[in-house]
Amino acid sequence: MAKQVTLTIDGKQVTVPEGTLVADAAKMAGIDIPVFCHHPKLEPVGMCRMCLVEIGRPVRDRATGQFVMENGAPKIQFMPKLETACTNKVEEGMVVLTRSQKAVEGQKGTIEFLLTSHPLDCPICDKGGECPLQNLTVAYGPGKSRFLYDEKMHLDKQVPLGELIWLDRERCIQCARCIRFQNEIAGDPVIGFDERGRATQIVSFSDPGFDSVFSGNTTDICPVGALTTSDFRFGARPWELQAHASICTQCPVGCNTTLNTRREAKSGGRIVVKRVMPRQNEDVNEIWICDKGRFAYHYTEGKQRLTRPMIRKDGKLTRASWDAATKLAAENFQKAKKNFVILASGRLSNEDLFNLKSLAEHADGKAYIYSHMGGGELTSLVGVGEGTNFGSMGAGTTIVVVASDLYEEAPVWYLRIKQAAARGANLIVMNARETKLDRYASFTVRYAYGDEVKAVSDLAKKGKIGDTFLKSENAVILYGSDGLGVSGSAALASACAKLLHDNGFTGRPNNGLIGVWGRANDQGAWEMGFEVEEDLAKAFKGKTVYIAGADPVADDPKLAKALEGAEFVAVQDVMTTATTEIADVVLPAQAFTEREGTLTSGERRVQRFYPAVPVTGEAKADFAITSQIARHMGIVLEGTSVSAVFDILAASVKSFEGLTYARLAEVRPQWPIVGRSDLYYGGTTYENTQGMGAQLSAAAGRGEKVSIPKVEKEALVRPKEKELLAVPVTKLYDRGTTILPSELLHERIGEAKVILHPETAKSLGVEEDQKVSVSFNGVNGEAAVKLTDTISVGVALIPRSMGLAIREPVAVKVK
Amino acid sequence: MAHILLRHRDIPDIHKLEVYKKNGGFAAFQNAVTRMKPNEVTEVVKNSGLRGRGGAGFPTGMKWSFIDNKNWPHYVVANADESEPGTFKDREIMESNPFQFLEGVAIASYAVGANAAYVYLRGEFWQIAAFLDEKIAEMEAAGYLGKNLFGTDYSLKIYTHLGAGAYICGEETAMLESIEGKRGQPRVRPPFPPSYGLYGKPTIVNNVETLTNVPLILANGAEWYKSMGTADSAGVKIFSLSGRVRKPGNYELPFGTTFRELIYTYGGGVQDSRKVKAIMPAGASSSLILVDDEKVLDTPMDYASVRTLGADLGSASVIVIDDTVSMDWLINKTVHFFRHESCGKCTPCREGTYWMSHLTERIHEGRATRADVDLLLNVAKQMQGKCLCALGEFSTMAVVTGIERFRQDFDKVVKA
Repeated sequence: MAKQVTLTIDGKQVTVPEGTLVADAAKMAGIDIPVFCHHPKLEPVGMCRMCLVEIGRPVRDRATGQFVMENGAPKIQFMPKLETACTNKVEEGMVVLTRSQKAVEGQKGTIEFLLTSHPLDCPICDKGGECPLQNLTVAYGPGKSRFLYDEKMHLDKQVPLGELIWLDRERCIQCARCIRFQNEIAGDPVIGFDERGRATQIVSFSDPGFDSVFSGNTTDICPVGALTTSDFRFGARPWELQAHASICTQCPVGCNTTLNTRREAKSGGRIVVKRVMPRQNEDVNEIWICDKGRFAYHYTEGKQRLTRPMIRKDGKLTRASWDAATKLAAENFQKAKKNFVILASGRLSNEDLFNLKSLAEHADGKAYIYSHMGGGELTSLVGVGEGTNFGSMGAGTTIVVVASDLYEEAPVWYLRIKQAAARGANLIVMNARETKLDRYASFTVRYAYGDEVKAVSDLAKKGKIGDTFLKSENAVILYGSDGLGVSGSAALASACAKLLHDNGFTGRPNNGLIGVWGRANDQGAWEMGFEVEEDLAKAFKGKTVYIAGADPVADDPKLAKALEGAEFVAVQDVMTTATTEIADVVLPAQAFTEREGTLTSGERRVQRFYPAVPVTGEAKADFAITSQIARHMGIVLEGTSVSAVFDILAASVKSFEGLTYARLAEVRPQWPIVGRSDLYYGGTTYENTQGMGAQLSAAAGRGEKVSIPKVEKEALVRPKEKELLAVPVTKLYDRGTTILPSELLHERIGEAKVILHPETAKSLGVEEDQKVSVSFNGVNGEAAVKLTDTISVGVALIPRSMGLAIREPVAVKVK
Repeated sequence: MAHILLRHRDIPDIHKLEVYKKNGGFAAFQNAVTRMKPNEVTEVVKNSGLRGRGGAGFPTGMKWSFIDNKNWPHYVVANADESEPGTFKDREIMESNPFQFLEGVAIASYAVGANAAYVYLRGEFWQIAAFLDEKIAEMEAAGYLGKNLFGTDYSLKIYTHLGAGAYICGEETAMLESIEGKRGQPRVRPPFPPSYGLYGKPTIVNNVETLTNVPLILANGAEWYKSMGTADSAGVKIFSLSGRVRKPGNYELPFGTTFRELIYTYGGGVQDSRKVKAIMPAGASSSLILVDDEKVLDTPMDYASVRTLGADLGSASVIVIDDTVSMDWLINKTVHFFRHESCGKCTPCREGTYWMSHLTERIHEGRATRADVDLLLNVAKQMQGKCLCALGEFSTMAVVTGIERFRQDFDKVVKA
């Protein structure tokens, strides 16, 4: 533990760790020193001059180093000038006066100065009502202006920094929080100051503008209404909004969020989600979320939502009652016997997946997870366990990232691993191509696509890298599916698990295997015992299929064909998809915004989300639909209460043992202190009052004997002449069903692409942005050529879910 | 008396290496490197009483002794930004006596263990930078710079670096940021450059004139240097004289010379033989010295004596103001300068200079009332002691002293 230092702030004795800044020490002791530029997660800069206080230090005798005493107490010498509480570190015996007349005058002066050029547009400002400048003006300002209104400087009020973030130059108080966030935390230094003095302005120097997947966070920590999102600007007043705790469903990180809702006329008097905000969880996402999590929620409200059950009659889907629809499904499921197949995705909650898996077990069917990635059995076995937190990783811990571009696949993990590396963690990034995380890596390992398993198996033998890995106290490996399909990623998982297991990096906090999954609750599906099937087309043929939260028809023409040949197809989803279009029964499910439940993150943290808006039409929660079908089959599954399902699940799934629904809602004090009464540090980040979740145990952590299945090497794809090796990669923004309805992201999503090395393009005779035809395994499509020299020659990267149905490495023809 | 700094005025062609060498050039540096320990060099400078000529007057040897020897490498940066209006002394040194300055840089580098030194020049000095580059190349060719100097294991490179036209880059930490390729904005101090400077490494920043003193101090000894000037302010100083005088220019004189001598003996007196009304001893950053009594002109120009007049000697850029000048005009000029140059980093300076400029403009144009003058004084005082660096502070000096000492000038131009 750091050395403790005791000082006095406004007469109150405060003991804090050495190195704490005076402003933070005061905050810890319940004393608010007003700040604008200071943020505990950023380096101090002392530029706004809001936190001016009087600081006295004990006088020390030069010869002895002892305090000079005066009237029985150390003699305190105050500096003639006020000092900034945000740049001065605490010292033993220090005396701080935050409310002395001199300090109050100083603080009042800073507010008055700031307001001389700040516009008087609070009544139409998005920040009004949750604005630190507004709050501090009321609390610390002079109450009256001496500045002539006519002399105010007028600047542009609607400047797009990119298509997602807008700048109001007049409102900006030049605190540089946004710039510093982008430089220090996001690692995307794409905005900065231009001009100087009063003309200083924020500019973006990237193309596209504000090219960072973390840009939305700057609007949260902006202490004024200078930065707003195009999603929310002029959308509502903060005091009209209700707040509901939720979990982001876009990736396996499991960022804690708050859904702000409002009943509004322009939505026909309905209650709708107005914005998604981060909710503090220092173990998961701290106070940040990525732009996909912030902006891609619109699918829950789209016109394409399913509102009522439907049955195919005379070839057409027609409206049906819940009873009729579930009965029809049940009859067919029962009839199918062993030919019953369930396909569910990680978009569903733990409770949904548990009921589905139970149904499969009772009905003697198969339960498959819809994923392009394998190896999940191993993350249950040697996955990271209780107490694992990227925020506590530093020197002594090795973090290996293999076959994953975290910036694109799990941005907040990228951000936190970058920070861990800055604290001294040993970061090893292994990929077939360059990724953004490479910049922060202690070691970068480059392999050829297809050599993933070998690269991991050889890691410990690799000289300095191997030594560093083996000498670590802790090690985690995050493996993904960059360039890999199901069997490839399963083989990779096995190699990673073996490496960890053989070297004792399992069963302890900050040790183990993490899967960089495609969906939010894939880990949950694995914990429930779902399996992945590489050849789904074969698995569907002639079977009775129950699909929940997946759209295989749109994703892959081969699967569409296979489902045509299925005996019976029941589809349960929140919206109309290509798959619901071919279904025999369609069952409308509630969106995550309309219900409660739990999700298991990639770090195996189980977290609760809560209902925020009323149910759309007749939609029901997935677990309830499954229960209703099961009842018709004579199978009893809990279907009324999520917490009851959770309790049953906790009693039957070993890794959930000991967890209760209530425990997931527990919170504990966090630093920095954020919240509604204190906007300085969190900005508009929400305080966590509804649960920080709990981590599952891993088999290795429970002391069970663990054996890792042997690594099966995937057969290498060998492109013939005039063919290239095409590999699937994941991009943050794709044409997936949960992203595409958010129109403001369309510019970022772009079109179907094939990414080539310039030399490859040259030998094919194609150029940047040229439309080419791409064909492989019976798939034919069009894509635009993108060039980069960060990949190997002879390889074509094809982003997933962008219109070309690539599931694993294939030989491809590009023309 | 022969010049110590402006030696080109006595010795023709001293900017030529051979001439400089013939006049004892580089002997001090060679002697230091081959016969003295670095801390012995610092000791001599410390004993000489040399104080920084950039404006703050901080004891040079003491600054050198603060260098953090636990953290390496070390750097020396010569501040050749010379951005203070009314200051034009460093330019003359670099243009005409470049080797003495560069030898000073070299000795300072040896004293603090720096193997690389930077000369940071304001953007307008691009010709001087090119000239210095030539001189540096000549020194390298002659073995005074480069690897293993004089057969020792001491090596030194000197680089020039041009600014981009910002006054603030004369502030030492803004200058360091600028050299690093960042926006020229000051850093929070502490930490000070001797512990956290260029690229976060211990760095000594000295003014050109300061460093130009060093070779002769080493050659002639601390006692020789101390024999000039006053007890508080040792040695000689270049006074950049400008304003309403007949013969503006640089005058190298011992500390303790009186204003009267400078203005009348050397500067040829006031234009049109008018009366001195005020003196700005430190350029635009000065407090205005009220010359209501002839005796004021007899004040010796050294750090302590000037302070008794309610002003700082600073860089000794003496601007003489006669009774044709009204102070409302003058502070409108200085405030607009600082508003233009405020980097925008800290609130009081960014907003305060903007606010003050509106007030001074209104006052000067006769559109203001007495209350506006009081407000201006109040705003200026509200800025004092709150700014991140000295620029904001400097912008208030002429305003506060102008209003407090020359209130009648303001009362004359305001509306009733």
